[in-house]
Amino acid sequence: MEGELAQMGKFIGAGLATIGLGGAGIGVGNIAGNFLSGALRNPSAAPGQMANLFVGIAFAEALGIFSFLIALLLMFAV
Amino acid sequence: MATEATEAAGHAAEASGMPQLDFALWPHQIFWLLVTLVAIYLLLTRIALPRISSVLADRKGAITNDIAAAEELKQKALRAEKAYNDALAQARAEAAKIVAEARAEIQKDLDAATARADSEIAAKATQSEGRIAEIRDGALEAVTEVAKDTAKEIVAALGGKADARSVTAAVNARLKG
Amino acid sequence: MAGEAVVPLTEDVDGQMFHIDPMHQFQIHPLFGEGEVHWYTVSNVTLWLAITVLVIAAILIFGTRRRAMIPSRSQSVAELIYGFIHNMVEEVTGHDGVKYFPYVLTLFLFVLFANVLGLIPTSFTTTSHFAVTVTLALMVFLGVTLLGLYRKGLGFLSMFWVSSAPLAIRPILAIIEVISYFVRPVSHSIRLGGNMMAGHAVMKVIAGFATMAVVSPVVVGSIALIYGLETLVAVVQAYVFTILTCVYLRDAVGDNHH
Repeated sequence: MEGELAQMGKFIGAGLATIGLGGAGIGVGNIAGNFLSGALRNPSAAPGQMANLFVGIAFAEALGIFSFLIALLLMFAV
Repeated sequence: MATEATEAAGHAAEASGMPQLDFALWPHQIFWLLVTLVAIYLLLTRIALPRISSVLADRKGAITNDIAAAEELKQKALRAEKAYNDALAQARAEAAKIVAEARAEIQKDLDAATARADSEIAAKATQSEGRIAEIRDGALEAVTEVAKDTAKEIVAALGGKADARSVTAAVNARLKG
Repeated sequence: MAGEAVVPLTEDVDGQMFHIDPMHQFQIHPLFGEGEVHWYTVSNVTLWLAITVLVIAAILIFGTRRRAMIPSRSQSVAELIYGFIHNMVEEVTGHDGVKYFPYVLTLFLFVLFANVLGLIPTSFTTTSHFAVTVTLALMVFLGVTLLGLYRKGLGFLSMFWVSSAPLAIRPILAIIEVISYFVRPVSHSIRLGGNMMAGHAVMKVIAGFATMAVVSPVVVGSIALIYGLETLVAVVQAYVFTILTCVYLRDAVGDNHH
């Protein structure tokens, strides 16, 4: 019984942890959208900022990956 | 997950569901990863990178040389074009000169011919005028003659005795009047 | 730990087996025979690392063997990779960073080809293991830190002391900067490993649904889409890993922008 409760808790916790991925999605979309609107205003400057775009997306995405990792840890390691 | 219990690997049975978190396997992976990285690094620095950079440098040199050669050829072409244009301009000037000369000569000839023709025409005109005057004088004389004769005849016919001199004088006076 | 009391997810109500085991693909097992995986054991990890090396050698060495002035297709691929990473290193780290170009290229090629080869069905993705990515990230982290201390001495630490900020909040900023500096290897490794693992696990889970005849057409279509997305992710993650390496390297060799 206790094992089942613990397992239920793990699954609920893992599911809750995946909510964090939504934040990463918002962040990445925000960066890409702002990049696009900036690029449309000044298309000639856009290629030079591709590196910054990817670095920004990587940073935003990393935090989402952390929450995904928490979910995995709850599922498999706890 | 429970299926791992059936795994042949010794770790898997007691391990969690994520092989990534099985720290007993880390030395194995790290060891082979380091071997791999050293292998890639040696392959790159010993063989691949010198080769690619030499190819790129060769190509850059070749392109620079080709561009220089092309520039030289372009200069040559420009020079040739200039020489051609000069020759063309010179030929054109010469042709213009020849044309002007020919025109002047023709003009001279023409002027001479015109002058000759003019003088001929003038001579002919004077001659013709002389003849016309002659003819006119002749005609006037003939008219006087006819008028005298006619007057004499008329006077005679009217029964008068015509004095030749007075008739002539009268006719002359009439003709002049 | 997942105890014996745990009901297997792989068994549905009727006791029929649903073969959805997204983590099975990450198993490490010896190539020859059975038994323990010691540090020297030749396993599937070794196999796929070796294949990665062979593919890199094929493209960068075999492809350029003719040293042609006018490149063949394989040679121009090698030249493209070379030029791409060379430009990236030069642009991000500045002129001083170019001498570390072979290290950066080694990392890029390894991560790129490990990611892409991992997309071959039934293959093993070496970069989906945190052992690999953490080692890579720690190599970058330790390398950059030691290089910065060696080249700039204690001046390297001025990076944490934001001189453009008001004096009052500088200590707080210094603490934040130090924390973010030490989080770098964590995010650097977890990003790559997490992306690879998540992508492969998602593909496996979705592929597992293909055993249900009703939804299988949808599943096959979405697998194709996700496969394309994962190919993009594999390349982008290699790019991101490399450019972050360059960004970190700039702190050690370039002018400080902090």
